[in-house]
Amino acid sequence: MATLKVIRKRIGSIRNTQQITKAMKMVSAAKLRRAQEAVLQARPYAEKMAALLKNLSARVSAEAHPLLMGREEKKAHLLLLTADRGLCGGYNANLIRAAEGFLRSQGAEKEVHLTIVGRKGVDYFRRRQVEIADRYINVTNRPPEELACELAEKMIGRFRQEEADGVYILYSRFRSALSQVPTIEKLIPVATGGEEGEGEITEYLFEPGVEALLSSLLPKVVEVVIYRALLEASASEHGARMTAMDSATTNAAEMISSLTLQMNRARQASITRELLEIVSTAEALK
Amino acid sequence: MAEKIRLKLVTPSRLLLDEEVDEVTAPGALGEFGVLPKHISFLTLLEVGEMSYKQGGERHHLALSGGYAEVLDEVMTVLAGAAEYSDEIDIERARAARERAEKRMAELSQEDKEFAAAEAALRRALVRLQVAGKEARK
Repeated sequence: MATLKVIRKRIGSIRNTQQITKAMKMVSAAKLRRAQEAVLQARPYAEKMAALLKNLSARVSAEAHPLLMGREEKKAHLLLLTADRGLCGGYNANLIRAAEGFLRSQGAEKEVHLTIVGRKGVDYFRRRQVEIADRYINVTNRPPEELACELAEKMIGRFRQEEADGVYILYSRFRSALSQVPTIEKLIPVATGGEEGEGEITEYLFEPGVEALLSSLLPKVVEVVIYRALLEASASEHGARMTAMDSATTNAAEMISSLTLQMNRARQASITRELLEIVSTAEALK
Repeated sequence: MAEKIRLKLVTPSRLLLDEEVDEVTAPGALGEFGVLPKHISFLTLLEVGEMSYKQGGERHHLALSGGYAEVLDEVMTVLAGAAEYSDEIDIERARAARERAEKRMAELSQEDKEFAAAEAALRRALVRLQVAGKEARK
């Protein structure tokens, strides 16, 4: 039976932990709100960009630009977005599991290279001695525009130099604070999304020309996809952390109440014992 | 002024503007162009430069760092990498950027890959400074 003092100490330490998890939850909730806002704000741009691309690519053949042209995939490249920090429930684990699944399914017939963003993913694959082509850690504080630009450049470079025949991006899509879904999308060659959507081709005046516009637009499209994925990932991370910290706080409260019960019982027992001792001593003295 | 054109200005981080305006001027790849109501459907590349629009007799100025513009059915959509109103521009920062770029350009040779990057940065800084000089939007 634990002594009173030990139990009291444990309650104290759990209460401290609870305070930390509660604070972390609050911070995450605030950050989540901001991240969610950013996701919403970025949507019109991405949508408009996709519409533009569809419109343009409907006018040219698939060979018009190298970034549109698919080729036999011998080498694939996976861009994996994970978090730098832990304590966010299954967020990183889910992403890593999805990445492992991708490596298993694709790795049999082709080479797969990895670019990893976020310390957690980097650590995991380094421990398992998986080769990482490129890594980005401590990037959470960098403005996502900048990072997206850099990543897009790298990925396009790999595709152009035939180090990769297809580039995929794996990130966590933000559904709600409770649900984040690891999602794989094909980044390059760029999907135009305009295979069936014919019919409403409007007549345009193009300046400087369809090809020139397209070749300027395509790298931007890649960048926007990455940018959006970064925002979604950050919203997901905060959502996952908030949920995890919320349940940690609840667990701590439960633990405190059960320990308090135990402590009261121990106190009661010691009082009863003392009383018994006093009574029996008095009895003996008679 | 019965006829208006709807101007939508979108940047990656936000929908900056979605309003009815009278007239728009933007820096196209083949030179500056103006858009009035009943404009032909039109798609163009935008350069780094100054964009402005007129709304109810007032002219508003923005610094634009490249992008695309589409005119379709009385709606003009501008997709910009970045855009700032004249009164949002941080003049100190733009000045510092100009100096940095000028220094870089002096150090590098013209063939250098980074020369172009520095030149682009200089152009952006100059446009910001130019636009910041114009009067505020309100």
